[in-house]
Amino acid sequence: MDEITYAQAVNAALRRALVEDSSTVLFGEDVALPGGVHGVTRRLRREFGERVFDTPISESAILGGAVGAAIMGLRPIVEIMWADFAFVAFDQLINQAANVRYVSRGRLTAPMTVRTQQGATPGSCAQHSQNVEALFAHIPGLRVCLPATPQDAYDLLLTAIACDDPVVVIESRALYHSVKGTVEQDRPRAPVGGARIHRTGSDISVVTWGPMLHTVLEAAQVLEGSGVSVEVIDARWLNPFDTDTVAESVSRTGRLAVVHEANLTGGFGAEVIARVVERGMPLSAPPLRIATDDLRIPAAPGLQQAAIPSRDAVVRQLLSVCAPGVAA
Amino acid sequence: MSHSSSETALADLAGLWRIRCFEETVTRLRVEEQIAGSVHLCIGQEAIPVGACAALDLTRDAVFATYRGHGWALACGAGPAALFAELLGRETGTNGGRAGSAYLSDPDHGFYGENSIVGAGGPIAVGAALAARYDGSGRVALTVFGDGAMNQGAVHEAMNMASAFDLSVVFLVENNRYSELTPIAAMVRDADLVTRSAAYGMPGTRVDGNDVDAVRRAVAEAVDTCRSGRGPVLIEAHTQRLVGHYIGDAQVYRPRDEVELARTTEPIVVLTAALRAAGVSDTELTGIETRVRAEIETAAATALAAPPADPSAVKEHVYG
Ligand SMILES: Cc1ncc(C[n+]2csc(CCOP(=O)(O)OP(=O)(O)O)c2C)c(N)n1
Repeated sequence: MDEITYAQAVNAALRRALVEDSSTVLFGEDVALPGGVHGVTRRLRREFGERVFDTPISESAILGGAVGAAIMGLRPIVEIMWADFAFVAFDQLINQAANVRYVSRGRLTAPMTVRTQQGATPGSCAQHSQNVEALFAHIPGLRVCLPATPQDAYDLLLTAIACDDPVVVIESRALYHSVKGTVEQDRPRAPVGGARIHRTGSDISVVTWGPMLHTVLEAAQVLEGSGVSVEVIDARWLNPFDTDTVAESVSRTGRLAVVHEANLTGGFGAEVIARVVERGMPLSAPPLRIATDDLRIPAAPGLQQAAIPSRDAVVRQLLSVCAPGVAA
Repeated sequence: MSHSSSETALADLAGLWRIRCFEETVTRLRVEEQIAGSVHLCIGQEAIPVGACAALDLTRDAVFATYRGHGWALACGAGPAALFAELLGRETGTNGGRAGSAYLSDPDHGFYGENSIVGAGGPIAVGAALAARYDGSGRVALTVFGDGAMNQGAVHEAMNMASAFDLSVVFLVENNRYSELTPIAAMVRDADLVTRSAAYGMPGTRVDGNDVDAVRRAVAEAVDTCRSGRGPVLIEAHTQRLVGHYIGDAQVYRPRDEVELARTTEPIVVLTAALRAAGVSDTELTGIETRVRAEIETAAATALAAPPADPSAVKEHVYG
């Protein structure tokens, strides 16, 4: 099987959804004729004609359009080009999409998928760098996932599209063209939810998601050299969150850390720790949150590096919990 | 051309070249990967900031621009070395490396900043004009945005509120016909954007955005309207970018000959031809370019020699 990029995996999932379900439509800014600013939706317009179309720069109309179309039986997939831009149209997602099923007691639903991408990349400015998953995960009625590998970019998106509730799929701009892998494309769609253990270990359970998964895997590799065995769990879905997999892991390792690129305060890491602690799991060290400081995100690459957890910072902090006294 | 107007026109030409050379140097630094991230150039659109800023009083007026704003910063009077330094992530940058290409500002020169959220400057300009109601400054707030931003809810809200309250806001649309990679004509029923002013009951003017003097006159008139309490005003300036939406944009969505054609009507070509026709010598004309180019090269060298932004200060300024 050929290796494909994360972006190509998203593209393949969109193609399959459009082929398999004629109620699927895809729209957003520059997604159709230009094929997306990151090339993710390339060729879909050519293949699927008017079911794939460009919109004005009107996020409220995009998200609200998805809500209305979904209520009426379509299965819209819309793109919000940068997660930061969702803020100009939060109403349609939070006050509207998330309420449809609940207030109608299930007589109406809004089976829509919002694809977006987030994170800092060198030079990206404060309005194009934020990690906002906790804001979405805070809203009951929305499902939220963050694929970190090409296979998950494919699988999670198809699961999201099949889901009968609004799902926010937060992709990673940093990963679009930088990671490659083989992607199995003919499996049945998985149900919503479920974490994945990427690496087993016995000293500490580290929960992470999005591009930080790769940083954590590298850190785990480094720590192996220092005799520390790290179990790496990719949460994948924040809503629903797979507490069972994390708790089971912690029952073996006795330690817990959460690593995310989003800011510390109110980050979803706090929720992960609360859920484990609430189960009364015995921990042999205090749980640890590794996150970006509570800052705006600076554009200069050197400043970004100082703000966002690096591999070495992750190594250092995990070591301080697992083997206090051992220098990184 | 009278003597004084030809003096002004020569200064305009220098202003155009200053922005052009700056943007060309930015292109080189981006291609060399000394600058990181997305960069949106205004090559071809320089006449709009040069003309507009000449009609403002930047000791009290305020400019709110977009990510395509290097030219606006320069025209407001921000120093090219500090701007280069910002793009390069240096300590001496206008924002100490915090803002980068798409979000920089220099309020000392009336440049309240770029904005990388499409349309977001509109409501903020409304607020700046609102403040003038109370501070007695007579300030006019000019907000500039692209044609695509006309489809953003925030811009509609800003125009309506400014109109309802007679606020001193100049809404200036740089219509370069594309919103990113999509032609504006495909995204509106009426591509004549200035007609929207009627819906808000405010004056609207269409202007050749490649003609510095025409832009200056249109903005001067709008500023007069505002200062006499009859604002806001909408101005639509037609122009074209001679480069991609961002550095690296292959522009496959543009007809092949479009940029070639645009090169014949771009602001520097037009103004140079007018000055030549008015009897200005080629030596003088090329002298302007040479002088400005040297000034910009020096500024870039100064910025490149500056230290990187200090990572130990990264947590400063989140709160006061
Ligand atoms: C709210 C929001 N939506 C989308 C974007 C992405 N985006 C950046 S520039 C741009 C095109 C804007 O076009 P236009 O307003 O015509 O200005 P131009 O770039 O042509 O100067 C888009 C869609 C954004 N920055 N902010």
